[in-house]
Amino acid sequence: MPKILMKGAEAIGEAAIRAGCLSYFGYPITPQSEVGEYMSRRLPEVGGVFVQAESEVAASQMIYGASGAGVRVMTTTSSPGFSLMAEAMSYIAASELPAVVVNIVRGGPGLGGILPSQGDYFQAVKGGGHGDYRCLVLAPATVQEFVECVMKAFPLAEKYLNPVLLIGDGMIAQMMEPVDFDAVKTEPQRDVEAWATTGCKDRPRNVVECLWLDPKLCEDFNFELIEKYKKMAAEDCYFEEYELDDQPEMVVVAYGTTSRIVRTAIEELRKDGYKLGMLRPITLFPFPFDRLRALSETAHVKAFSVIEMSQGQMIEDVRWAIRDKFPVGFFCRMGGIVPSPEEVIDFLKQEFVTRGLKGAKS
Amino acid sequence: MKTIFERPQSMTKAETHYCPGCTHGVAHRMVAEIIDELGIREKTVGIAPVGCSVLIYRYMDTDMQSAAHGRAPAVATGVKRVRPELCVYTYQGDGDLASIGMGEIVHAANRGEKITVVFINNAVYGMTGGQMAPTTMPGQKTTTSPKGRDVAQSGMPIRMAELLSTLRTPSYVVRSSLHTPHHIIQSKQALRRAFQYQLAGTCFSFVELLSICPTNWGITPVQSNKWLEETMLPYYPLGIFKTPEDK
Repeated sequence: MPKILMKGAEAIGEAAIRAGCLSYFGYPITPQSEVGEYMSRRLPEVGGVFVQAESEVAASQMIYGASGAGVRVMTTTSSPGFSLMAEAMSYIAASELPAVVVNIVRGGPGLGGILPSQGDYFQAVKGGGHGDYRCLVLAPATVQEFVECVMKAFPLAEKYLNPVLLIGDGMIAQMMEPVDFDAVKTEPQRDVEAWATTGCKDRPRNVVECLWLDPKLCEDFNFELIEKYKKMAAEDCYFEEYELDDQPEMVVVAYGTTSRIVRTAIEELRKDGYKLGMLRPITLFPFPFDRLRALSETAHVKAFSVIEMSQGQMIEDVRWAIRDKFPVGFFCRMGGIVPSPEEVIDFLKQEFVTRGLKGAKS
Repeated sequence: MKTIFERPQSMTKAETHYCPGCTHGVAHRMVAEIIDELGIREKTVGIAPVGCSVLIYRYMDTDMQSAAHGRAPAVATGVKRVRPELCVYTYQGDGDLASIGMGEIVHAANRGEKITVVFINNAVYGMTGGQMAPTTMPGQKTTTSPKGRDVAQSGMPIRMAELLSTLRTPSYVVRSSLHTPHHIIQSKQALRRAFQYQLAGTCFSFVELLSICPTNWGITPVQSNKWLEETMLPYYPLGIFKTPEDK
């Protein structure tokens, strides 16, 4: 199929449908309300279910119910709405259900703004709701990659019986880019008979719950979760390397929208002879700790920089990855302001000076 | 030997954890009997609440999902919308449904979700230890209203059946009671009709059951039934508040 030009939010909806997700429960919130609008129009055409819930609290509990009933289901929201979904996220993770959730992150804290931000990194990768749990978190950087990640999210959620969270921002959700829905082959849904509430015909009853009155059983379950997360790290940690095969002196780490600005900055700096490249995490959980650490142990890498649209959240994982072997430079814009390539270039040039790197050859 | 009384097929053999005199057991049993009588055990999904009946999923031998506090109607909506062939009901207490879950119950009713809600109103929070509920009677002493519910501070008790019957979406809304055998028989009839409306795909159905909590009321079960009749019944009138046939 030829590529078609599509707005990010609508492409997210269409990708879910192509992945066999025929149920969507959501609540409008800028800058991603177009997902719900698109689904309200498209799902009836394909025999699917669209419900506009009374709140994000209810929308997320509806996907808990639908996921428990064994169908592919998705909701989408933006930061303040995702906070309201924190309750359900914890229950979905604890009940080991495969739901897919998209958070189009906007400036915060509080009501914040509606423009791009990466301020929800901690909330996305460190849990977000109560208790010890993790979502598998994908952070695509383009509309095409968002489509591919949505389509991969369902089989990943089913593989781990765990919520998969995709995070993006208004830049990706509101921008139109060419997309090819055939780039990813959809995988059929795994059998749900062993756990889903489909009616107990010819089998023992299935119960979806997450209450352990015996602390030993609750602890055992937490140990099982640790094993699950280790498996994610071993089998489904994704990242992209940009210009890292040319003995760079500096590794820049950035994800999502920010990584696109950083890519431009690196392209320009390399023309001037600066030796640097980028590691772009695609999964924020599991995080590419091992790859970053390996890079820090090479002879040529002497500095790391992190660029984020937050006060510095992912940087904590980068510092942990490299065990603070080098000081990690940090630059950010916040509140809905996307860094410009020029200011990123200026920052990185200054970092080359500060860290005593060779920098430009001339 | 002829069997004249036995455990409903839709209940497990697990012993319930309820206090002596509690009416949850009666309500559970009635729901299970109706599921048996309607022959729908293999297509029923119950949604458990948070509260004393949080463990109902251990007692019902059907598929079950548990819900966060108050969210059962939203969870039920999710199940029923994607599997409309199933019979989906929630079982909720007054703290769960009328306080933290007020948003979910009102909107599920207003969307006309084809689910059945069994609402246990015993005028108190049970599991957390007897705190004031939205349904606690004026002057009723609880652990958070030690001098009795002060309506100047906490308002009057919320009458859920009346409140839901104001919605214009067709539904079946009834209030019944569990304080005498006669009322229990009436309650079962109301519950059966509620499930039948769902199975016919007609409407949302809601059965409020006035119940007793001797432990948290601090009186005997017999005194509790008397208190319910004398104190709750005048404020919570029994009857059918709405049917889908209403014009």
